[in-house]
Amino acid sequence: MTQQLSPVSGGRQDSAAPVDSAQSAPAQSVPAPKRPWYAFATPTIGRAVRHASRLLHHGGSALPGKVVERIDPGFLARTLGSLPYGVVLVSGTNGKTTTTRMVASMLSDMGLRVFTNPTGSNFTRGVVSSLLTQVSAFGHLHADIAVLELDEAYAVHFVRQVRPRYALLLNVMRDQLDRFGEIDNTARLLAHVARATTGTVVLNREDPRIARLADEVQPGVQVRYFGLSQALRSYFPSDDDMHNADMRAADAHAGDVQDVETQPANAGSAYVPDRLNADVTLTHVGDHEATYRIADHDIATSVKLEGVYNLFNAAAAATVVRAVTADTPQGVASDDDLIASLSRVTPAFGRGETISVGGTPVELLLVKNPMGFRLSLASFPPAGHDTMIIINDEYADGRDMSWLWDVDFTGLRGTGVASVSGTRAWDMALRLEYDQVPVSHVDTDLEQAVADFVAADPSTPKRIYCTYTAMLRTRAKLSHITDVADAGVGR
Amino acid sequence: MPAMNEATRNLADTEADTRPGRRIDVVSLYPKDMNIYGDWGNVLTVMRRLSLYGYDPVLHEYNQGDPWPEHVDLILGGGGQDNGQKKITDDLFARADTLRALAADGVPMLMICGLYQLFGEYFETVDGTRLDGIGILGAYTVGREHRMIGNLVEHSEEFGDIIGYENHSGQTFLTGDTKPLGRVDADGTGNNGTDHTEGARFGNVIGTYMHGSVLPKNPRLADGLIRIAAERRYGAFAPRQDDQQAAELRRIDDIAQHARDVAASRPR
Repeated sequence: MTQQLSPVSGGRQDSAAPVDSAQSAPAQSVPAPKRPWYAFATPTIGRAVRHASRLLHHGGSALPGKVVERIDPGFLARTLGSLPYGVVLVSGTNGKTTTTRMVASMLSDMGLRVFTNPTGSNFTRGVVSSLLTQVSAFGHLHADIAVLELDEAYAVHFVRQVRPRYALLLNVMRDQLDRFGEIDNTARLLAHVARATTGTVVLNREDPRIARLADEVQPGVQVRYFGLSQALRSYFPSDDDMHNADMRAADAHAGDVQDVETQPANAGSAYVPDRLNADVTLTHVGDHEATYRIADHDIATSVKLEGVYNLFNAAAAATVVRAVTADTPQGVASDDDLIASLSRVTPAFGRGETISVGGTPVELLLVKNPMGFRLSLASFPPAGHDTMIIINDEYADGRDMSWLWDVDFTGLRGTGVASVSGTRAWDMALRLEYDQVPVSHVDTDLEQAVADFVAADPSTPKRIYCTYTAMLRTRAKLSHITDVADAGVGR
Repeated sequence: MPAMNEATRNLADTEADTRPGRRIDVVSLYPKDMNIYGDWGNVLTVMRRLSLYGYDPVLHEYNQGDPWPEHVDLILGGGGQDNGQKKITDDLFARADTLRALAADGVPMLMICGLYQLFGEYFETVDGTRLDGIGILGAYTVGREHRMIGNLVEHSEEFGDIIGYENHSGQTFLTGDTKPLGRVDADGTGNNGTDHTEGARFGNVIGTYMHGSVLPKNPRLADGLIRIAAERRYGAFAPRQDDQQAAELRRIDDIAQHARDVAASRPR
């Protein structure tokens, strides 16, 4: 089953041939743009632009990428094509950043040199920009493998230039419909990625739209799944289930954790995930601990990650890492090593990241769509914490506030919400009012509201749910108050 | 994880079953497949406001194949993906006579986006295929490549300014005695981008492209529907509130006013 990797040859690096053209997958090759005569200078030019844009306080991490894409459109394919183990592409609606971080971290632990794109640059231009900081003056990238997070639409653009050896496709959920259109359309975007992949496609067994992409892969390409035990599935209702109470009732009566493979599937559901064998299954979740089933063995571990959805993303990461290590000459890493590596992964920027403010832990949680918000609320019980919600409506956040009405906030009734802020603070307050959740404070002045919130009642840990631009501003405000790690976020 | 529908059931059924009160039967039309623009917020708003006015709302979630509720006072319908619309079309046509009779009888209805289009006469796709609607509203829709997306304020004589967000590629034109719900100021917005109309109204049936959700931020529109439902069933709209309910409703409306002011000031 395992695909034979072609060894790195000098000849391959010299050619402008498309990535992975030497692979056994019979798919037609990607026509790569011709290498311009001045290609040797591309990294230098790119870096000069980057330097200039910094001097001019332009601050845009994408500008050098834009210039390089213009002057040398083959740069991306040529540079990534030189990697001996190719590219791992991570895409899907929710969890890309955390999962990419996990995959990169676990592959480093396996001894591979990993190139990855920093948070927030999940489009091709951002990848080019970050490549420019890493390549030598002659365009050589000192890495064995690249792990790249790409937005669904940009992933399609990317695979036209570079065919990934591995694709990890996480989920398709309703996300800012004004940007991608409908979720069926988003699934079609990811089908392009599945078709372009040359080695192994890793799919979420629990998301029917993702699992179905197995039909799209080229002959000879391996498919692996990551999954959930039946008991844990109730934590992950799909958009389709959202208004289907019967489905939830069925889930609530689901069997014991240990009986995953033998349990009959949901009677009411047309899609039966258990028919597919998952490579890595998340079977149990506790307080900073989780159990994964790999090849019929249950491995329990402590984890630094927060929230059941991050632990599920970890199963996704472990699955793709197993696929990569199966292809490396060093051979398969032991599953115990793999899980030990996973236990050390820390949360990414804004994905359960905790910042200490005067000794009080302040946890930041990014929310960007109804399902992600619902999963976060379900994963972090509010008791013992002060809760703040910050909703902005800039383009990156999504301008339509409809999505707030598809999140169930009734779980916050008991504790209430201490503070609501952001440009759309009043929309959020109205939403909470209709769910009968008490709100103490509404203030559209984000910086002031954040300062007030973290200063109040220092003995109680804080939790802030925020949209993307609200997250950037919250971190900026907190960095004036306390030490905030550089998240490598391009502005 | 608490489920949304369970939450409403608590809100609706228990109160209705234990108090011999003034029941109002609210139908949510195809909540499983036609729900994508926060349409749940419209249901929640009607249910909660009815309770705060001292009525006893009962919610019927009607999906394709379900038995039709015995009594109907108010119907709310939402938007769907193409796929969702395909799934409900047969059932909608099977129920078309019932819906037409209820509309003719004056039952208030609010249809958002996809169901607004399906309540019209027909939808002509970009490639010229004509799909029939159930013809309750004098409106037809023509599919276009260009989407009309963004924050929107429309002016309605009866409900004041209606504030929301539109997102549709179908351009809708009104016919016959069907009137627009409101007027928009800018070209390129509203029903079709050219005639400055938004939404439709025929009798007590309203169609609109507004999401946001539309009813929470537009309490006058919500109360308009509630008033008609109460008048039809009980002869008059007669709130019976204790002080706490009255205070709660004032608080909701105060927050809604803030949310309206902000929404109206945001870029398209």
